[in-house]
Amino acid sequence: MNLLALTFPDIGHLLEWPGLFGHDPVTGTNEWYALNKVGIIYLFAFVAPVVMFVMAKRRYDRSEVSVAPRGIQTVAETSVGFIRENIIMQTIGPDGLRYLPFLLTMFFFILFSNITEVVPLIHFPGNARMAMPVTLALLVWVIYNTIGIKHHGFFGYLKNVCIPPGVPKALLIIVLPIEFISTIVVRPFSLAVRLFANMLAGHLLLVTFAVLSHTVFWLALTDSTPTWLVIITPAPFLMLIGLTGFEILVAFLQAFIFTILTAVYIGGSLHPEH
Amino acid sequence: MDLLAQADTAVDGLKALGAGLGYGLAAIGPGVGIGLVVGNAITAMARQPESAGMVRTTMFLGIAFTEALALIGFVVFILLNFT
Repeated sequence: MNLLALTFPDIGHLLEWPGLFGHDPVTGTNEWYALNKVGIIYLFAFVAPVVMFVMAKRRYDRSEVSVAPRGIQTVAETSVGFIRENIIMQTIGPDGLRYLPFLLTMFFFILFSNITEVVPLIHFPGNARMAMPVTLALLVWVIYNTIGIKHHGFFGYLKNVCIPPGVPKALLIIVLPIEFISTIVVRPFSLAVRLFANMLAGHLLLVTFAVLSHTVFWLALTDSTPTWLVIITPAPFLMLIGLTGFEILVAFLQAFIFTILTAVYIGGSLHPEH
Repeated sequence: MDLLAQADTAVDGLKALGAGLGYGLAAIGPGVGIGLVVGNAITAMARQPESAGMVRTTMFLGIAFTEALALIGFVVFILLNFT
């Protein structure tokens, strides 16, 4: 069943994992209750932030005010401060603080489903499947459009979207459709594709070097292998270690970029340029 | 090998060729673009170290927008090769 990444799965699993149960291997179809590895990763990414913040809250309730926070409370407080200072205050402003819980939840959900890419025995990023990035991007699309319509009215929002300030009247015939398409169609598409493609590309990179080090290692053990091949044996493995560090950075960066772009879009709906 | 099967392999070969070329071409522009964004951000940070935090945030935003084109090329590569 290959749930744990102890051996290499089929190459087809790069794009589709079969269900753990409720899966018919003969026809390749799934029952409605089938759950695969990606589903389990999403459940983990849903439960882990909840557990983390509940633990931080309990520690906060027990601790005294004068004592500096310790352990998981530090992580929770730092991340809330980071989202508030570095994301909301810089893109929306003080009236964006009411979106703090939403942005914080999204940041941690994306982070925890990305970081499984480098967790031993899992080695698969949940967001390397298009389903969840598309769902999140559509959610963001609904939210920023709703905010814009709520604050400026339907036609006011449409005017803010389509007509950038300071454009000559004659150019509007070109600018108007471009602005409309880029705000309404391209934004959610690029938001979803950015997250999905980054995680899938990183996963493919790690898989390539893992397969390469595995193959070269077993080749080096046989007698007929030339000496130069034995000498370069550690090279793919060292590359794999370096890339793992890089992928940790990418997992954080993609969660950050998705969150800050959401904040930028919400800010654009709240305060259009004059 | 009959004619139909030959045509089939030719189509597969062209698909693979198009996928590889497509991704390579799609990576040129964003490569240059990200270089420009990061290079200018470093210049700005070196000139005004106190504004480094704001410049870094804006730099990541710029990278995210520029990178989207290369990633669409990557998705086209996946679609052509695996479907």
